[in-house]
Amino acid sequence: MNGIHDVGGMHGLGPIKIDPKEPVFKSDWERQVFSTIGLYFAGGLCPIDEFRHAVEIMDPAEYLSTSYYVHWYHAMETLAINNGLLTKAEIDAKVEQLAQGA
Amino acid sequence: MQDADEKTVPPSPPTLRIKAIQSLLIEKGILDPAAVDEIIDVFEHRLGPKNGAAVIARAWSDPDFKTRLLDDATTTIHEMGFTGMEGAHLHVAENTPVVHNLVVCTLCSCYPWPVLGLPPSWFKAPQYRSRAVIDPLSVLTEFGVDIADDVEIRVWDSNAEIRYIVLPQRPAGTENMSESELASLVTRDSMIGTALLAPVSEASTGESA
Repeated sequence: MNGIHDVGGMHGLGPIKIDPKEPVFKSDWERQVFSTIGLYFAGGLCPIDEFRHAVEIMDPAEYLSTSYYVHWYHAMETLAINNGLLTKAEIDAKVEQLAQGA
Repeated sequence: MQDADEKTVPPSPPTLRIKAIQSLLIEKGILDPAAVDEIIDVFEHRLGPKNGAAVIARAWSDPDFKTRLLDDATTTIHEMGFTGMEGAHLHVAENTPVVHNLVVCTLCSCYPWPVLGLPPSWFKAPQYRSRAVIDPLSVLTEFGVDIADDVEIRVWDSNAEIRYIVLPQRPAGTENMSESELASLVTRDSMIGTALLAPVSEASTGESA
């Protein structure tokens, strides 16, 4: 698949943003996304190729304008639904519950 | 079903959705909360470039090890106990006075987790990934690395199976250093190829010898 992820050789994406003091995770939601995907792999819940595909089917403009773990978040939700772990309705209901509790 | 009293301003959807998904997976017993904490701790605190630095320092200290490392990095690195996710197949590319190696993953973020930990954001961002393969010299310049005109630059584009690690040149002035002293000199970026290791001055060699 030659989608937006296939950036090798592309021009015009600008300078590299280097932060030598960057922590491993910048916030808790990054930890939650990383640990969920990591355990998808470790638990055999989804093959890594499915994970890549789930990132590659992101909206191209969003792919280029969002940070790395936002890509993983999309895969986290897509894989949970496609592999029958959760339904979208369940997730929506839980979001609503958390929003009201907040 | 739409609630008539639905809030008109939704609160921060991605962050809440992430929390919602992980909470549901835990409630259903699909994810073990102890495993969640463990995997975060491993990657945040225990795995990191120090593993790779130990490999490099041994290669500098032990010619037989270096030969085996360049011949079969997977077996040689696994024998040091550095195994696990994203480290099944490894290859080490040696820097020499006439060759400089640079590692990228143009398609995503492939990286040897057991050897280097998780990659920095710039390694995963489109700016580095796009340019490393078409204009590596300007990439190296942005990292402050100056490569002489007569040095060949080899770019290794990682893939789903094989992960690459650069064996940097041993810095001048380290002849009397122990393996652990050498390991302390090896930086993450030097093993990706976006940094060179500076020579060690006489004074610091004397102190550590």
